[in-house]
Amino acid sequence: MTDVDATPAGEPTGEPEAVVEELHGFPVTRRFGQRVAFVPREELVGLVRTLRDEGWVQLLDVTAVDYLAHRRSDLPEGVEGERFEVVVLLISHAQRERLRLRVQVPESDATVPSLFEVHPGAEAAEREVFDMFGIAFEGHPDLTRILMPEDWEGFPLRKDYGIGRIPVQFKDAPT
Amino acid sequence: MTATHDHPLDTHLTDEGAQEMAPRPVAGGVEVLREVGSVLRMSEAEAALAPDDGETTIINMGPQHPSTHGVLRLMLELDGETVLRTKPVIGYLHTGMEKTGESLTYLQGGTNVTRMDYASPIFNELAFCLAAEQLLGLELPPRAVWIRMLLSELNRLTSHFLFLATNGMDLGSTSMMIYGWREREEGLRILEMITGLRMNHNFIRIGGTAADLPDGWQERLDTYLTSIPERLEEYETLMTHQPIWRERLQGVGTISAEEALALGATGPILRSTGYAWDLRRDLPYLAYDDVDFDVIVGSYGDSFDRYAIRLNEVRESMRILRQCIDRMPEGDYRLQDKKVTPPPRARIDESMEALIHHFKIFTEGFKVPEGEAYAAVESPRGELGVYLASDGSSKPYRMRVRGPSFFNLQVLPHIMHGGLIADAVANISSVDPIMGEVDR
Repeated sequence: MTDVDATPAGEPTGEPEAVVEELHGFPVTRRFGQRVAFVPREELVGLVRTLRDEGWVQLLDVTAVDYLAHRRSDLPEGVEGERFEVVVLLISHAQRERLRLRVQVPESDATVPSLFEVHPGAEAAEREVFDMFGIAFEGHPDLTRILMPEDWEGFPLRKDYGIGRIPVQFKDAPT
Repeated sequence: MTATHDHPLDTHLTDEGAQEMAPRPVAGGVEVLREVGSVLRMSEAEAALAPDDGETTIINMGPQHPSTHGVLRLMLELDGETVLRTKPVIGYLHTGMEKTGESLTYLQGGTNVTRMDYASPIFNELAFCLAAEQLLGLELPPRAVWIRMLLSELNRLTSHFLFLATNGMDLGSTSMMIYGWREREEGLRILEMITGLRMNHNFIRIGGTAADLPDGWQERLDTYLTSIPERLEEYETLMTHQPIWRERLQGVGTISAEEALALGATGPILRSTGYAWDLRRDLPYLAYDDVDFDVIVGSYGDSFDRYAIRLNEVRESMRILRQCIDRMPEGDYRLQDKKVTPPPRARIDESMEALIHHFKIFTEGFKVPEGEAYAAVESPRGELGVYLASDGSSKPYRMRVRGPSFFNLQVLPHIMHGGLIADAVANISSVDPIMGEVDR
């Protein structure tokens, strides 16, 4: 696959996002009516376990974004942006509310503790993040590729991974 | 099998998982799932090298098995005819649609996402547009909202008819397959009349819909809705009241609410356990808080409940469609915002500026403010969510689609465990996975 140049253009614009409240000591901002908490990866599993016992009963998704080519300006004061960001979506059925956890993951040590012990449903989603971004989940029971072939090289959703094209051979095309 | 978690029960692990239930007042879903251990975590190479102990066999079901609904492959560990552990192997339809989405403008994005869950394309477009509209801060005219709701419910009908058809086919009722297909085709014809296409409509656009409803849609839809109750009675006679059908489904593939929650299952699977959670009622979007309908729940969490829920959700969707016919508001079918939606065709002939806006929207697209947003809708299979991260350009920086089938598939090993291989077909069918959305 072709490597692409993914240098971010320009400096971040706008002010840091305002912290509206705190959730177990972590800064929380509000985007379009949904709460977004910024959590260091060391604290992630403990926080998700506490939240589960407080009524955030279901983990809806674990996904990631590669911010190699874009400098965010929506991080609150005190949160240092890293290349990767793992996003965890939780829902509380009793409060009828969604909560998004954003976890900064540095490129040099792309690992996050696995949420499998707290929510077994994270298994497939974490495998997909590993498959697409190369972020390893410590403590995951079966961290293998899920969508790509087992022997595939590279991580397709990273920003320095180009879009592949298979040349199409037309039957009567002039050569 | 690798035991990486340091749970005390790991000492009891055998090839069927942990065998002893630890005494405790109430076992939570997570604990039960771990103790039963029904997920096979083994690569193909490991399975080939596994010693033959003469007791268990590992076989492949799929990816070209007709009852696996597309290209789902299951590695089954069998003891005679009993299924012990299962591993769903997916990825056969993976075409990198999330990566493709990063190189398409927001206007083109709809054509991409609509191909994910190909049995309910309207919901994909809807979730994508709702997420983008959050970032753009758009407020839609009421008619656009109601057209979207009408299309969603019509699409839910066709999707559930597809389920009823394939569920019947999987369990040997070929008449049901033909009946389900007949009703679905009629629904698709109405969708074709409205959107121009049977499937992959790309009709819901950011800022509204692509066009207004055509003349005579009320009569056409009314005729369709009038014909269905009689057909549903036929289904009840053919399946619900039939002893063989009940024997095949009742008590097969049971799951508890705690387990379904722990595995991230949504939609009819979660509701079959008696857990009433429907985004249309509980986190309303569009105008769902303005219409009357009931949330259908089961009581046993078995394959029969999942069948019955979908059958009865058809009736609820019909109620909503009736209200759409009666109460469809007048007005514009899309927002008149020259930055986001193209100007009316007539304006292009007389205004240079309209022509420029039209040209710009279709060539370079419109810029979406920086930020990230998540929007979800209740698709026929559960919570379908779209997470968008924008860098302020006219293409999404990252587009993630949370396909409900992707998570619902994780339920499969647990409902198959301990059942017969003949019931595996009923179980796969009752999960109703759409592989286009699983693999994306």
